[in-house]
Amino acid sequence: MASINLNGRIHELGAPDDMPLLWAIRDVLGFTGTKFGCGMGLCGSCTMHMNGSPIRSCLTPISAAHGKKIITIEGIGEDSVGKHVQDAWVKKGVPQCGYCQPGQVMSATALLKSNSDPNDQEIENAMVGNICRCGTYNRIKKAIHNASDKIKEGSK
Amino acid sequence: MKSLYQNFEVSKRILDRRDFLKGLGATGAVMLTANWTWAKEQEIKYGGPGMPGGVIEDPKVYLRFLSDGTVVVICARSEMGQGIRSSLALVVADELDADWDKMQVEQAVGDQGVYGNQNTDGSRSMRHWYLPMRRCAATARTMLQNAAAKHWGVPAGEIKPYRHKMAYAGGGKEISYGKLARMLDDQDIPDPGTVILKDSSKFRFIGKDQTLSVDNTNIVSGKGMYGADIRFDDMLYAVVARPPVYGSKMESYDDSAALKVSGVVKVVPIEGATAPSEFNPLGGLAVVAENTWAAIQGRNALKVAWSSSPNDSYDSDSYRNEMNTASHNPGKVIRTVGDLDNAFASAAKTHTADYYLPHHAHAPMEPPVALAILKDGKLEAWAPSQNPDSSRVKAAERAGVSYEDTTLNVTLLGGGFGRKSKSDYVVEAAELAKTFPGRAVRVQWTREDDIAHDYLHTVSSEHLEASLDKDGNTTGWLHRSVAPTIGSIFAPAQRHQQAFELGMGIINAPFNVPNMQMENPGVDAHARIGWFRAVSNIPHAFAVQCFIAELAEKAGQDHLEFYLNLLGPDRKINPLDQGDGWNHGEDPEIYTVNTGRLKKTIQKAAKEAGWGRQLPKGRGMGMAVHYSFVSYVACVLDVEVKNGGELIVHNATMAIDCGKAINPDRVRSQMEGSCIMGLSLATTSEVSFKNGSAIQNNFHNYQVARMPLAPKSLSVHILEPEDVESLGGVGEPGVPPVPPALINAIHAVTGKRIRQLPIGNQLA
Repeated sequence: MASINLNGRIHELGAPDDMPLLWAIRDVLGFTGTKFGCGMGLCGSCTMHMNGSPIRSCLTPISAAHGKKIITIEGIGEDSVGKHVQDAWVKKGVPQCGYCQPGQVMSATALLKSNSDPNDQEIENAMVGNICRCGTYNRIKKAIHNASDKIKEGSK
Repeated sequence: MKSLYQNFEVSKRILDRRDFLKGLGATGAVMLTANWTWAKEQEIKYGGPGMPGGVIEDPKVYLRFLSDGTVVVICARSEMGQGIRSSLALVVADELDADWDKMQVEQAVGDQGVYGNQNTDGSRSMRHWYLPMRRCAATARTMLQNAAAKHWGVPAGEIKPYRHKMAYAGGGKEISYGKLARMLDDQDIPDPGTVILKDSSKFRFIGKDQTLSVDNTNIVSGKGMYGADIRFDDMLYAVVARPPVYGSKMESYDDSAALKVSGVVKVVPIEGATAPSEFNPLGGLAVVAENTWAAIQGRNALKVAWSSSPNDSYDSDSYRNEMNTASHNPGKVIRTVGDLDNAFASAAKTHTADYYLPHHAHAPMEPPVALAILKDGKLEAWAPSQNPDSSRVKAAERAGVSYEDTTLNVTLLGGGFGRKSKSDYVVEAAELAKTFPGRAVRVQWTREDDIAHDYLHTVSSEHLEASLDKDGNTTGWLHRSVAPTIGSIFAPAQRHQQAFELGMGIINAPFNVPNMQMENPGVDAHARIGWFRAVSNIPHAFAVQCFIAELAEKAGQDHLEFYLNLLGPDRKINPLDQGDGWNHGEDPEIYTVNTGRLKKTIQKAAKEAGWGRQLPKGRGMGMAVHYSFVSYVACVLDVEVKNGGELIVHNATMAIDCGKAINPDRVRSQMEGSCIMGLSLATTSEVSFKNGSAIQNNFHNYQVARMPLAPKSLSVHILEPEDVESLGGVGEPGVPPVPPALINAIHAVTGKRIRQLPIGNQLA
C-alpha cells in the first residue's frame, strides 16, 4: 500500500499510484483545504509543497511523492513564513470568494521562503500560475510585501 | 407588532405561486410580459418587498443571542466573494453596539417563506437588506433594553447600550448581552413605532473603512467550506458526460470499459430537459465512483452516441455575420425620440461603427458542484448556490420528495458571477441521490464541463450611428443591438432582448440628444444563455462608451468635454420616460437616472487619474463611465502598448457612486475585482462555437487575467454624495466601464480602434 508524508504525518493510502495527489488527499484522506480548479495545472488552486517546492497536485501522481514531504494549506501555518503569509492575507483583506486563496497562500509562501524580499516583478513571476477570478491580484501583491516586512522584522 | 409580519404573509402567498416565473426572480414577472402597464395594474412593489419572498424584518428569524455573549446573525444571502456575510454582520453589530469579535454568522438554508428573498443576484443584497437588517437589530436592541429594565425595575428609557452591555445611567449598573440573552424569551417583540434606529453619527462599523471578515481566517487556512468540501462516510463521487451540443440527447451508450475502471461503482443516465431547458440539467450519463479520479477515468472510457440537434450547425463565425447583417437593417424599435432621418439629413458630420463581443464563460474558480442524500423520504443537499430556494424547489421535484421534505444547505461559493443562480448541477445531485438511497453523492463538474456547458454570457453585435452639427454637438443617435436573449432558456422562439436586457444601457442612454432611436433586431439562440456579472451592460456600455470616444475624436474635442456636453445639464430622468419599465426592479421615483451623478463620477475618476496630463512615450489614457444596477461607475486606464503588442496597464482609477457605502472596504474590493474581470473580458476571454460545440475547454484556451495583467497601481474612489440616501449595487456595476476604457486608452497610444473583443492579437 502506498503511503505519503503529509504535514509531518505518514498516511497509508489505499489508492492507485497514478491518482493525482489532489484527489488522494481530498477524497481518500479527507483533507479538503486544497482546491480543484482545472485538473491541468493551469490555475494553481491545487498548489501544495513537495520538499518545499510548489507543485500542482492535480497533475502530480502519488508515485511522485514517495519519500517526499508534502505540505498543504492545512499544515503551512506551522511554518513561520506560512503563518506570516496567512496573517498578511487577513490583514489586507485579500480574499473575496476565497476559493483560490489556499493555492495563492502556498505559492506566496514558497516565494518568500526562497526570497524574503521580492520586488513586484519577482512576485508576478512567482504568482503567474495562480488564477484568481475575483481579481484580488493587487491585494495579493500588497499582502506579500506585508508578509515580507514581517519576516524581515522577525529576522533582525 | 403586526407590521413586522406583514411581509411574511405576502411572501407566503408568493411562495405558493410556485410556477416557472419563480426562478427568474422579480425581474421575471416584468420581463416575460415586457409590459409595464400590466405590472402597474398588479401593483408590483419595488425593491426588496417586490422580490419573490419579499423582505423579512423579524429579529427572531435573523438573530440569536447566546448566553456566552455570542450574537449569531443568520445570513440568508449567498456569499460568493462580495463579502455579504461580514457586511450584514457589521450592520447588525453597529445597530446593537456589539463587540465585533462576539459576532458569528450562520448561513441560512434555502427557504424564502422564512427568510424572504434569497436569490443572490442583481447586486441587491445590501441594497435590499441594509435597512431590514438594521431594523431587525434595532428591534432586538430594544428588547435587550426592555429586558434590562425589567431586570432592574427601572424605566427602559434610562438604559443605554454600550459595547455589548446595557448600562443604567442612574445607578452605575450594567449587564452583558450574554446575561440578558436568557431573559429575551420573556420579551415581546416591541411595536415598530418604539424602535429607533441608531444615529448615524455614532456608527462604529457602518461606512467605516476597515477590513472586517468573519470568514477570512478560515479561508486562508483551508477551513473555508465550499461545495466540494462537504464529506460523508461512504459517500460517492460522480462526474457526468453531457451532450456536446445544446438540444442533443443521449441515444445509446456502452459503459463496459468505464465499469472496469478501478473504483467505478455504477453508470447512471441523467434525464435531460428539452430546450428551452430553463434551470434543468442537460442530461447525459453519470459515472459514479469511490473517488473523483476514478469517476473522471470512468467517464473517459464511456462510449456515448448523441442525437443530432437543431443547434448542430452553430458556428461563431457565421453567427457573427448573421448578427452583423441584422444590425445593419431596421429592427424592432424600442425607443424613439425626435426625428432621426432629419438629423442625419442636416448633419455636418456623421459617424458609424460596429462592435462585436463574444460569449463568455463565468468560470468561477470553484466549478459547479453539489452533494445530496436521500434518506427516509427526505432529501438533504449542500450546494454553493446563489439561488437556494430555487435549487430546493428543483432538487425536490427531481428527487420526487416534497419541498417541505427537502433541505438545501448553502456552502461558501467559490465564485458565482451568475453561474450559480441556475440549479442544474444541484438537480443532477438530487437525481443521483435517488439512485443511491441513504448514501451521499457528490456531482463534481470539471473545468471542461464548466466551460462547455455554461449558461454563457450572450454574444452581440452593436451598430451605432450618430450625426454631429458643425459645433460638434450630437444631433442624432442610432443604436441597434443584436444578441441572443436570456429569455431563450425559458420560452421557445425568443428572438428579442427582454425588458431587463434593454434596460441595461441601451434604452436608458441618458444623453441630451434631440433625435434618438434604439432598435433590437431579432436573432435565435443556439446555446444556453444566462446572466453573467453585469449582463447586457457589458456589450451595451462597450459599444456606447467606445463610440462616444470616436465621436469626440470626430468632433475634434477632448473625450471628457465631449461626454459632458453629450450628457447635457444635470437632471434626474425618470426611467419610465426612457421607456425603461424595469429599472432594476426599483422605484422609478426614487431611483432616477441622474446625469449629475454620472458627471461627478467621471469627473472624479478623471481628476484622480490626472486626465490630460503628459504621459511617457508609448502610453495613453482612456476613460468610460456607465450607470447600472442603480450605481454610477467610471474607469480611467493609463496603459502602455509595447512593440509586438504587449499590453501593460500602469494605472487604473475606478470611481463609484453607489449612494451610501455600507462596507467601503468591500466596495473597494468589488471595484478592484471588476477592473480585473473587465480586463479579462477585453483582452483574452472568448467562448466560440464550431459544429454546435464550444471550442474552448480550460484555462489554456479560455484565458482569464493573471497577475501580470493586473494594473501596476489600482485606486478606487467612493463618492458618497451627501444628499443620496438610497443604496446602489456594487457587485456588478464596476465591470461594464472597464473594457471600453481599455479600448479608448489603446487608441490614445496606438491610434488604432479595436471594435471586436477580445483584443487577442489585434495589437501585434
